[in-house]
Amino acid sequence: MNVLVIGATSAIAKAVSRLYAGRGERLFLIARDKQRLKEMAEDLTVRGADSVSTSTLDLLQHDQHSKAIETAVSFLGSIDVALVCHGVLPDQERSEEDFAAAAEALDVNGLSVISLVTELATTMKQQGNGKIAVITSVAGDRGRQPNFVYGAAKAMVSTYLQGLRGKLLSHGVEVIDIRPGLVDSPMTAHLDKSVLFSSPETVASKIVKSIDRNRHTVYAPGYWRFIMLIVGSIPEVIFKRLKF
Amino acid sequence: MQLEGWGRYPRVDAELIEPATAQALIKLLDESKEQSTLIARGAGRSYGDSSLNAQVLSSRFLDSFSSFHEESAKIRCHSGVTIDELLKVSIPKGLFPAVVPGTKQVSIGGAIAADIHGKNHHRDGSFCDHVESLTLALADGEIKTCSAKKNKELFHASCGGMGLTGVILDATLVLEKVPSVFIRSQAIATHNLAHTIEQLETLNDNKFVVAWIDCLARGEALGRGIVHTGEYAEDAPMEYVRRWGPSVPFSTPSLMLNRYSMSWFNNLYYWLYNRPSNVDLDSYDSFFFPLDSIKHWNRLYGRKGFLQYQFLLPEDSAQQGMQAVLERVADAGKGSFLAVLKKFGAANENLLSFPGPGLTLTLDFKYESSLFPLLEELDEVVIDHGGRHYLAKDARLSAETFKAGYPNWPRFKAVKDKVDPQQRFSSLQSQRIGLTSAAEDKPA
Repeated sequence: MNVLVIGATSAIAKAVSRLYAGRGERLFLIARDKQRLKEMAEDLTVRGADSVSTSTLDLLQHDQHSKAIETAVSFLGSIDVALVCHGVLPDQERSEEDFAAAAEALDVNGLSVISLVTELATTMKQQGNGKIAVITSVAGDRGRQPNFVYGAAKAMVSTYLQGLRGKLLSHGVEVIDIRPGLVDSPMTAHLDKSVLFSSPETVASKIVKSIDRNRHTVYAPGYWRFIMLIVGSIPEVIFKRLKF
Repeated sequence: MQLEGWGRYPRVDAELIEPATAQALIKLLDESKEQSTLIARGAGRSYGDSSLNAQVLSSRFLDSFSSFHEESAKIRCHSGVTIDELLKVSIPKGLFPAVVPGTKQVSIGGAIAADIHGKNHHRDGSFCDHVESLTLALADGEIKTCSAKKNKELFHASCGGMGLTGVILDATLVLEKVPSVFIRSQAIATHNLAHTIEQLETLNDNKFVVAWIDCLARGEALGRGIVHTGEYAEDAPMEYVRRWGPSVPFSTPSLMLNRYSMSWFNNLYYWLYNRPSNVDLDSYDSFFFPLDSIKHWNRLYGRKGFLQYQFLLPEDSAQQGMQAVLERVADAGKGSFLAVLKKFGAANENLLSFPGPGLTLTLDFKYESSLFPLLEELDEVVIDHGGRHYLAKDARLSAETFKAGYPNWPRFKAVKDKVDPQQRFSSLQSQRIGLTSAAEDKPA
């Protein structure tokens, strides 16, 4: 199987790539940091990947996206699974005061994802098969005070994927929206950890299973579906007063 | 945040720093030069305070492999890789680490820093004897590669050096070709300490030899136990078998571990193996890592945790010294579930490595304040018999006891002062045993 991983150096992407490497798949990795991509390619090769190639890309340069996907296709031949993982947890307070910061957060977590998904959809439509899996977040389910800029970007992507899923149905292309809860990774290193945090490995095995089984919207771990169901059912009168 | 070792004593407030890459780690060392002392931490499996300080630098995200050459059996990986992860990669190629400890959840960095040993020390030495080279980030951010040939002094100080010379970034290990991942094992029941020691000698030809001691047996039966031996099975599969195991979800009331339950457990264990035919085929998981099958088993000792006490006695005084220790433990009624006796082979050149010719005994005790006088008494017995204590298990040794057991400590300290004159790398343990000065009396 040929797997493309975008935002490959994120903790979740790393864990997912290792699972695919262990299964002997071919991998193409895209991220910003060349050194880390090199390290990751070596790691995945030791872990059993059939072959690994990488390419650097600044994901905010939307006009480079099309070329990046082309490079991936020329290495992989065809893309069976494309996983879009990149994201940044912005400083919420700063984004509220400074729109430029908010715009950048919305771009990294939202627009750049949609740009890449557009390219992937085109490629996979031509192939007549493939799976597009995108890491969104439970933060997109309801706007909460501590992270609604991040949440808004993720919600935008989730809504986009919902529509795209139907559009690609007749082309044999699957669209999988993965919503992790709190993940204990370098992105959340500054936060205090509670029992609600899961390891990137736990989330990764759920992701790989969900892609294998062509799921639509996946909460990882699964209990986040119930947590968000409860969070979603709190009346706004009360919710607007909650600071969590 | 609250940080603790595997024994859960002591528990301290610490800042845990988890760099995402080696580059980030080096940058951090470079930028925080003026700040407080810190210590590296791998998987947090040392028992006491070896990896505790006000600032702790975790290698948890430095968990990548770099290269693997099947023919030469050499694997290079970053220090945060665990033995567990290593096995997933090496077993399919018919290779196994030459030395493994009693748990596969240790990091390679930690295994090197403590120069850990396994059930085959008498045959294969300790972990660092199979480390071809390693890379260290020194206190000033400089990266240095060392091996038994290159930067020899730094290598022998860092292997077993408890992280005090620098942060181990990566290492190249030489693995062992094995015929299968199953062990043909045998269990022999013994009647008393002399018999146990005699059996350990007789069975020394086996690749793996270790004895479990019933540390609550007294009088005639003092030191009775079960000697386990093993060899890799020739006619078994090379398959990676992973079984589901239970987990201890929270600390159980420590009252559950009392002299009655322990005596019951020790008796049961003894009678379980005390039968004529005891040849078995064990998976590597059940032979090397039996306790890993119960996740968080350290919680069984209650909220306050436990202390492990492991020491080495030189050959000629071993029997007498062990007898004295076991008598005192039995008299105090503070036995442990698992008391393990093992005969070591020759020592290596590493300055602070624990193993050396003689016998080593490991005991664990649940934490209680009344335990400390007993342990101090045992310290005396150990030192009087020319022995020493294992730093990876220690949470309470005095500087005097440590120095008496490790005559090479001034040589270690000389290397340490050369590569880390500011004493940036320091743990609560190194401060306590007098290898580094405590944070508050650090010269300005």
